[in-house]
Amino acid sequence: MPGIERCVSEIVTRHGADPSQLLQILIQVQDVIGYLPADCLSLIAEALDLPRARVEGVAGFYSFLHSRPVGRYRILFSDNITDRMLGAPALMQALCSKLWVEPGKLSEDGLVSITTTSCTGMCDQGPAALINGRPVTRLDHRRINEIAELVRQQVPVSAWPAAFFNVEDNIRRRDALLASTAAPGDALRAAIRVGREGWLTEMERSRLRGRGGAGFTTAVKWKACRDADGADKVIVCNADEGEPGTFKDRVLLASHADLVFEGMTLAAWATGAQKGFMYLRGEYRYLLEHLQAVLERRRAAGLLGAGIRGQAGFDFDIDIHLGAGAYVCGEETALLESLEGKRGTPRIRPPFPVTHGYLGRPTVVNNVETLAKTTLVALEGGEAFAATGTAQSTGTKLLSVSGDCAYPGIYEYPFGVSIERVLEDCGASDAQAVQAGGASGVLIAGYEFHRRVAFEDVPTAGAFMVFDSGRDAFEIARNFVDFFAHESCGFCTPCRVGTSLLKGYMDKLASGHGAKPDLADIEWVTRLLKNASHCGLGSSAPNPVIDTLVKFRPTFERRLESLHFEPAFDLDAALATARRITGRDDAAAHLDRKKETQR
Amino acid sequence: MTRPKLRIATTSLAGCFGCHMSFLDIDEHLFELVELVEFDRSPLTDIKHCGPCDIGLIEGGVCNAENVHVLREFRNNCKTLIAVGACAINGGLPAQRNHLELGACLREVYEFRDGLSGGQVPNDPELPLLLDKVHPIHEVVRVDYFIPGCPPSGPTIWKFLSDLIAGRTPRLTHSLMHFD
Ligand SMILES: Cc1cc2nc3c(=O)[nH]c(=O)nc-3n(C[C@H](O)[C@H](O)[C@H](O)COP(=O)(O)O)c2cc1C
Ligand code: SF4
Repeated sequence: MPGIERCVSEIVTRHGADPSQLLQILIQVQDVIGYLPADCLSLIAEALDLPRARVEGVAGFYSFLHSRPVGRYRILFSDNITDRMLGAPALMQALCSKLWVEPGKLSEDGLVSITTTSCTGMCDQGPAALINGRPVTRLDHRRINEIAELVRQQVPVSAWPAAFFNVEDNIRRRDALLASTAAPGDALRAAIRVGREGWLTEMERSRLRGRGGAGFTTAVKWKACRDADGADKVIVCNADEGEPGTFKDRVLLASHADLVFEGMTLAAWATGAQKGFMYLRGEYRYLLEHLQAVLERRRAAGLLGAGIRGQAGFDFDIDIHLGAGAYVCGEETALLESLEGKRGTPRIRPPFPVTHGYLGRPTVVNNVETLAKTTLVALEGGEAFAATGTAQSTGTKLLSVSGDCAYPGIYEYPFGVSIERVLEDCGASDAQAVQAGGASGVLIAGYEFHRRVAFEDVPTAGAFMVFDSGRDAFEIARNFVDFFAHESCGFCTPCRVGTSLLKGYMDKLASGHGAKPDLADIEWVTRLLKNASHCGLGSSAPNPVIDTLVKFRPTFERRLESLHFEPAFDLDAALATARRITGRDDAAAHLDRKKETQR
Repeated sequence: MTRPKLRIATTSLAGCFGCHMSFLDIDEHLFELVELVEFDRSPLTDIKHCGPCDIGLIEGGVCNAENVHVLREFRNNCKTLIAVGACAINGGLPAQRNHLELGACLREVYEFRDGLSGGQVPNDPELPLLLDKVHPIHEVVRVDYFIPGCPPSGPTIWKFLSDLIAGRTPRLTHSLMHFD
């Protein structure tokens, strides 16, 4: 295969034959060949002087990398609960039958494959899909018909109507950040004026906390990195945004990328880092070109590169790395592994990234929104920033509102806004529950709508999914359980097995085989997941089930077939094949479903 | 005051009797054990049906209708039911047929095997019908405890039973669950 050899050697050379570029190399090789055949992995291993197993291990980890051929049209339906509520499953079924292909399989002519993928971050304009990596929004039956026709006619995706790929920002409420009129470089000028030390002091005064989930105080992180041994510090922007129901980082990257990159540069000013990475989730790859252009423009304007804003010794530049469909890579240590070109397996902490991060160097990992917010601190000063919000949660928060409401989209509020208020603003008149913070967040029931969005009350990384009274809380929890079972990286047993067990119980209940003791077992598994998992994915995986069992328990109890024990499957039906083959139908050839033990 | 002896029943469903052999590997503890318990249905006694018992030990998974009946009989009679070994817990080796279609599997064995001609899949009503898949026992009845291992070692089984008999919640220490 001389073609493949040339392609591999070109791409490897472009990446300096650097093993830490392995993931990026695999992504680009697959772009050319369509998938990653076995001999191609061998070639890459050889060219990078890596063990074959290491390359195969990485290729096998990411769900957007394929070791077998996939369709020339690869269609992935976003499978978040909000997509399901908007009718995605029926649309996928319709497209499959129009194109004569089974979900998850490759069509016989190799033309098309159709399956689901985890939330693609288009919840405000779903149902959504990725077609050859490009997001298609607002799917309906008409659009599905058009897509089927385009695929049948084999029209290249680049020639499809642009309207299909239209992604809107849907900004519904602007506050300090989204209303910012700062020009590129303004915030940097302000921070440079007060000096590196003075800038960190402003950050301390702002008490800005991370917007990616954990809510760690940003200045503390920056300071720890600055003070860590090693001159080669690194700033990483976490743009993995994998939490189902979250899409605010997408909007910041699409329309406020300067603020994000400027935030990274501000972090470099504080810590002395010279190297920056943005880790962009594969689902947002359509933004890559635009982001590269913004970087180019900033370089030309002297806002990146050597001697930023004429400041001798202030050297910093940013590379963008792509993810490839793994939610766990949003976890900061898994992200660092992935940046190093490895499987996204979370690391053991300590040591923390601020001392031992990317390639063992002191590293700051911050969320997109956190970084953008630092520009406000630079422009207004730390105290002014801290004047909005609540005691423990300063500033504003972007909420990604979706689900059963009239106006889904991005809402920026000062921290402390009540759930009620958000529901009113987004036109959700019949809400029975809100999932705040995504699948790993909290389910808020109607009696708690007075609660407030803030780290001290309802923390959220930004997702705000609304469910009206027609929705079934059990099905919501089940969707999230499926998500975690699919996204578990498989590294530690409690999570790998626990999420599957949980899925098994939810499926058992859903298929009408539920029994009272299952609820006790579910509660036992949730405890195990919480307490024994290696990383935050496993320990938050049971949250939706725990919350639903506390707040919407009847939706579970209603599904119980028995108060005693109930097998997970129909025993008599399990004998049907043998009955057919032997032609028997005597009494011993049947099992009475009800004759169960009473203990 | 001597305590009344506990009654134990044991059986092998879709298993290889390896777990029972391992049970016998408790060696001299057998003398202690017979002071504390008496056996109901078990390959050791050849009693054919299980009566009311304190403890039931099940080896092997559930592969046919008879396994289901035996398992239910145990569950109905044993206060504490224990899945012993990989096959009871996961289906184990016999469950390797789960990714094959049962009909194809039977025909391969009874009709197409080399040296067989004119064979057919047996249909005698005496023979239990096979389930389309092999199941772990907890998918068919409620199970109270699980002893992992293929097979669990004699010391593991003894530790578990002696805890149970003494009224302690059984706890297997790391070394008893460490397999590699
Ligand atoms: C399973 C998992 C997924 C995560 N996904 C993201 C993510 O997509 N984006 C993000 O910013 N943080 C994510 N986090 C949190 C990061 O580990 C980390 O706390 C964050 O990036 C730090 O930035 P911040 O302090 O600015 O919030 C995730 C954490 C876990 C455990
Ligand atoms: S908790 Fe889950 S995602 Fe995290 S390391 Fe363990 S298996 Fe991987």
